[in-house]
Amino acid sequence: MTSHDGQAASIIFDTVGKSFAKPGGGTVSAISDVSLTVEAGTITGIIGRSGAGKSTMLRMVNGLERPTSGKVLVGDQDVGTARGAKLRAIRRDVGMIFQHFNLLSSGTVSENIALPLEIAGIGSAEIKTRVADLVDRVGLTAQADRYPSELSGGQKQRVGIARALATEPKILLSDEATSALDPETTQTVLSLLKDINRDLGLTILLITHEMAVVRDIASHVAVIEGGQIVEAGTTYDVFTAPQHPTTRSFLSGVTGVTLPAFIRDKIIAERPASGGEEVVRVTFSGKHATDPMLALLTRDLGIEVNILAGAVEEIGTQPFGNLLVSLDAAKGDEARTYLERHGLLTEVLGYVG
Amino acid sequence: MSANLINLLIEATGQTLYMVAISTLLGTLFGLPLGVFLAISQRGELLSSPWVNKVLGLVVNATRSVPFIILVVAIIPFTRAIAGTSIGTTAAIVPLTIAAVPFIARLVENAIREVDGGLIEAARAMGATPFQIIRKVLIPEALPAITLGLTLAVVSLIGYSAMVGAVGGEGLGDLGIRYGYQRFMPDVMAVVVVILIVLVQLVQSIGEWIAARVDKRAPKGRGQ
Ligand SMILES: Nc1ncnc2c1ncn2[C@@H]1O[C@H](COP(=O)(O)OP(=O)(O)OP(=O)(O)O)[C@@H](O)[C@H]1O
Ligand SMILES: [Mg+2]
Repeated sequence: MTSHDGQAASIIFDTVGKSFAKPGGGTVSAISDVSLTVEAGTITGIIGRSGAGKSTMLRMVNGLERPTSGKVLVGDQDVGTARGAKLRAIRRDVGMIFQHFNLLSSGTVSENIALPLEIAGIGSAEIKTRVADLVDRVGLTAQADRYPSELSGGQKQRVGIARALATEPKILLSDEATSALDPETTQTVLSLLKDINRDLGLTILLITHEMAVVRDIASHVAVIEGGQIVEAGTTYDVFTAPQHPTTRSFLSGVTGVTLPAFIRDKIIAERPASGGEEVVRVTFSGKHATDPMLALLTRDLGIEVNILAGAVEEIGTQPFGNLLVSLDAAKGDEARTYLERHGLLTEVLGYVG
Repeated sequence: MSANLINLLIEATGQTLYMVAISTLLGTLFGLPLGVFLAISQRGELLSSPWVNKVLGLVVNATRSVPFIILVVAIIPFTRAIAGTSIGTTAAIVPLTIAAVPFIARLVENAIREVDGGLIEAARAMGATPFQIIRKVLIPEALPAITLGLTLAVVSLIGYSAMVGAVGGEGLGDLGIRYGYQRFMPDVMAVVVVILIVLVQLVQSIGEWIAARVDKRAPKGRGQ
């Protein structure tokens, strides 16, 4: 772990619990019974609402918090029991970026990036060359001698990223790193993180409350709610077949497939005795996402479908389509069987009279 | 005003500057680390040790609540032990320093406590030792506030130094009392007051100028 061979490291949460002492006495549980393996070299997102325990989980990876039960392993090192010099050595292998950047206001861009290297006791000549490389990597060469107060939010986060990479860590932790940025700047920061993951091969663990961030860069995702992981898997699987209501509610709006209001107000759970339309969600997985399946359905079975809402997106480099359609309720079974036989997923959302 | 008096004034100004400079230096030497420690030893902070913090805080408060003129007299035995004599300008540096240490410590403590906790967290995440955090994060970030604090301390010490005539310390205050008051020479008193005003102005302006130079934060009211 102490050698800088650039290899990524995995992170393992093994039945981890963390509770904090309450000021008035007693304890409050922030996370409990969390088990999660973050594979080396992946970009993994942890998503959850405010207070769900995201930051607590992340901060256990570099020992800013210690688990009260269970184990947190970074590579083969147990972070929870590491102390003193051993803990500081682990921390040099784990970079971290923050929502509010946490840059020294008294230092220039270069000085901020040099800080972790000075802390690691690296000689000033080597610091100089490394800082110049890092400044270049994040595209801030022209701003190298400016102070943070003279930079935009996106530029500040680039400094934060360069600083986090300075000690050539194996893991990069990101606590809401784009939450203070506008959508456009968010995209540039996310693509920088993607490039870093690809070029340096380090593991990125990021927390966010925005599914769009997960969709845009994470290959794996874990959903946390009330201090517990309620769902985890590849981003593609979680997006295409969400199991938990929390996941679904995070996804609505991101996948662009909410029912239009005029249908949502009329929808009923029971199939009408006669007539009526069935409202179905059709999910186009992987290679089928671009097939004209609805046209084929009409051609082969003569069943016509109305498209209510839909979108085709890219999730973890795979296309993913999500359509809400309505069709004659009497022919619903036949249509769904046909679509599923062709590798699509369907889900009946309800009926309209 | 005679040439003799002018010489006396110049000499007294030098003595005041000497006392203030040395006591500021010594006060900072002890007050800065004490202030840093007071800031970071609070419960939940970097070197959390609430009991030591409480005790030190009490000592600092006690020293600060003793009026300076009483402090000067009260610590005469201590002054004699340190300076070899309890009378004179050099001896007066002892009470001035004793007064400066807790004052500077509190100013430094406040300056350090204003440093954003996120920065300390970032430094911890980099694997910094507490000492590295103090040297590379807390002091540089608190420097503008520390500079202004020291300016305030120097101004206060100029005022205090006028009282050390009570133990035979010389300087502007002593001169003003001996000539202006005891020998009925109001013009000497007036000149003394003017010199003190100029000194304080100068110190304040220089302090503010340095503080502005070291302050790299955005001007107030312009973003974060
Ligand atoms: N130092 C602490 N002392 C006491 N309680 C804490 C502490 N840190 C976190 N908690 C509690 O633990 C729970 C989880 O907090 P955490 O900061 O991990 O949430 P989060 O998911 O990061 O939320 P947010 O999105 O608002 O940042 C919250 O109920 C919080 O109040
Ligand atoms: Mg948080």
